[in-house]
Amino acid sequence: MNHIAPGRNAGVYSYDDIDRRFVAERVEQFRAQVERRLSGELTEEEFKPLRLMNGLYLQLHAYMLRIAVPYGVLTSRQLRKLAEIGRKYDKGYGHFTTRQNLQFNWIKLEDTPAILHELAEVDMHALQTSGNCVRNVTTDQFVGAARDEVVDGRVYAEILRQWTTLHPEFTFLPRKFKIAIMGSDADRAAIRIHDVGVFAKRNERGEVGFTFYVGGGLGRSPFVGKLVRDWVPEEDFVAYLEAILRVYNQYGRRDNIYKARIKILVHELGQEKFTQEVEEEFARLRGPKYRLAPEIVDEIRRRFGGPAFETLTDEPESFQAAKAANPDFARWVAVNVLAHKVPGYAAATISLKPAGGIPGDATSEQMELVADLADAHSFGELRVSHAQNLVLAHVRQDELFTLWTALEANGLGTPNAGLIGDIIACPGLDYCALANARSIPLAQAISARFADPARQQAIGELGIKISGCINACGHHHVGAIGILGVDKKGEEFYQITVGGDPTLTTAIGDILGPAVTADETVDAIEAIVEVYLSNRHDGERFIDTLKRVGHGPFKERVYAAH
Amino acid sequence: MALNDKSRNEAVLKAITANRLRDGEVIFLAPGPDLGWVERLDDAALFEDATTAETVLAAAKAKAEGEQFAVDVYAFDLRVTDGQRVPVKTRERIRALGPTVRIDLGKQAAA
Repeated sequence: MNHIAPGRNAGVYSYDDIDRRFVAERVEQFRAQVERRLSGELTEEEFKPLRLMNGLYLQLHAYMLRIAVPYGVLTSRQLRKLAEIGRKYDKGYGHFTTRQNLQFNWIKLEDTPAILHELAEVDMHALQTSGNCVRNVTTDQFVGAARDEVVDGRVYAEILRQWTTLHPEFTFLPRKFKIAIMGSDADRAAIRIHDVGVFAKRNERGEVGFTFYVGGGLGRSPFVGKLVRDWVPEEDFVAYLEAILRVYNQYGRRDNIYKARIKILVHELGQEKFTQEVEEEFARLRGPKYRLAPEIVDEIRRRFGGPAFETLTDEPESFQAAKAANPDFARWVAVNVLAHKVPGYAAATISLKPAGGIPGDATSEQMELVADLADAHSFGELRVSHAQNLVLAHVRQDELFTLWTALEANGLGTPNAGLIGDIIACPGLDYCALANARSIPLAQAISARFADPARQQAIGELGIKISGCINACGHHHVGAIGILGVDKKGEEFYQITVGGDPTLTTAIGDILGPAVTADETVDAIEAIVEVYLSNRHDGERFIDTLKRVGHGPFKERVYAAH
Repeated sequence: MALNDKSRNEAVLKAITANRLRDGEVIFLAPGPDLGWVERLDDAALFEDATTAETVLAAAKAKAEGEQFAVDVYAFDLRVTDGQRVPVKTRERIRALGPTVRIDLGKQAAA
């Protein structure tokens, strides 16, 4: 058993010898599988599911390795290792994804065992980042830090990681399975677009319980997760999920890949019947075997350690003075910094969306810089957000100016978190074998068009999300403005949707009109923004103006020239 | 080779492509009876008729897979205009060159 010292990578789950031995054994297992593939002992058909279970895809230009960042939390040491792998085995950069993971795009199969070995040295792996299993559990990037947090979701996400890793019953599900968990009143993890969305909360006695939404998902058939149970006590957390997965495993379709996700099962059975099936299964299996004892929860919580926060006060003088003297810093604070649960601290978003940049990409040098800054200012710990940014969650307010100065000097100080330039985009046809159209160039063109930080701030909260195909890795369905790349007779076109919402009031966006070219799309976004600004009431968000005035004015302006 | 396909009136030809097993590199079937592979589309074998391409594809696939050399072997369409080989689909143009958003990477970087 390891005991981590407070202050050194505090807030990150600490592996013990069993964890390490398990990951090391898996590396050696995969090394042998790669050797058998290269020698011809395994065919590609036999090998493909094995490599996918280790996060290795074959994409357009090379193999792509998807590395798990459990619930988006990692240490500075782990980020430095990712930077090193990027430099040594890839092309000096990596791509942070909407599932809080990291992907390398130029990996060689023959290098993969060595890469996995190096990852294991820092307690990382690529297990279950692909395949029809339970994938990386995602959560709020401000978990354990946000002032509005009610329950620390990391603890339960880690319990799920341990419960689902190589779970013999759920390793060959009908299709992949994604779980998100949120423990604040605000939903920053888009839980209702996941196969299972868990909302952690407390009752009037302060006890922890969970609301379960099931059957959400995007892709070809987007659905919002249905409420299956409002309150599951903490001790039944694992049992209830086990029941959901058993029902899915038993009834989920294996005959048609497009109908295999749990969202289709929930839709076809109906919310009531599905819930009944889950409740019956839950009643059968509930008991000592599946009971999540408080001692287990406490032990997992202890293994996260905890930052040794100092007793400070909010808005120290030096912080106020820095904001007053430097408008650019003040803007970054207003846009990228969130209130912390501990007075005197703040959570800072490091935008990976510079104007004209590639959303989610970071060079090895940038990763090393952020790792250094995490050591200096955030207890050696950092997060990946599902919006493809990085977060230093525990920064002293009187150190924010120093942090910002370093970020700004290295192109990482863009003040656009949650604004129109903070575009979520999948890799698209520039890298992905499934894509129909490119996503990144469009994101670059839009963020360049709206580069002016003052204009972005004036526009306010407006999420643009871009997917290069209907699989919707860029979450376009729930973008306030969503963009879907389509192929029309060999040409790239883009379908625009409006009114999507990834929060607890989840909504799937509506198609505005016929698909347009990439250039027309950028102009269309500009037109949509102009209509919004000319119609909005004071303080009204884009989606609220849209609800009030309807699609008509937007559609009319966008398609005026057609 | 160019990214833009401005050669709509040129005849459609076929080439055969794959990814190399050990490193995933995009490769193209080379001219000649040996069914070897090259890394650049400019050096690839071109086929004027689909039937020949299908026959060669089957042989190349069997050989490459048998020797554990290549995976995902398939044929794709391209045109030749002004001496440049331009795949019909954007996907194949990007495979043959590299990501359009990182022209410092992929085959285009060494062109």
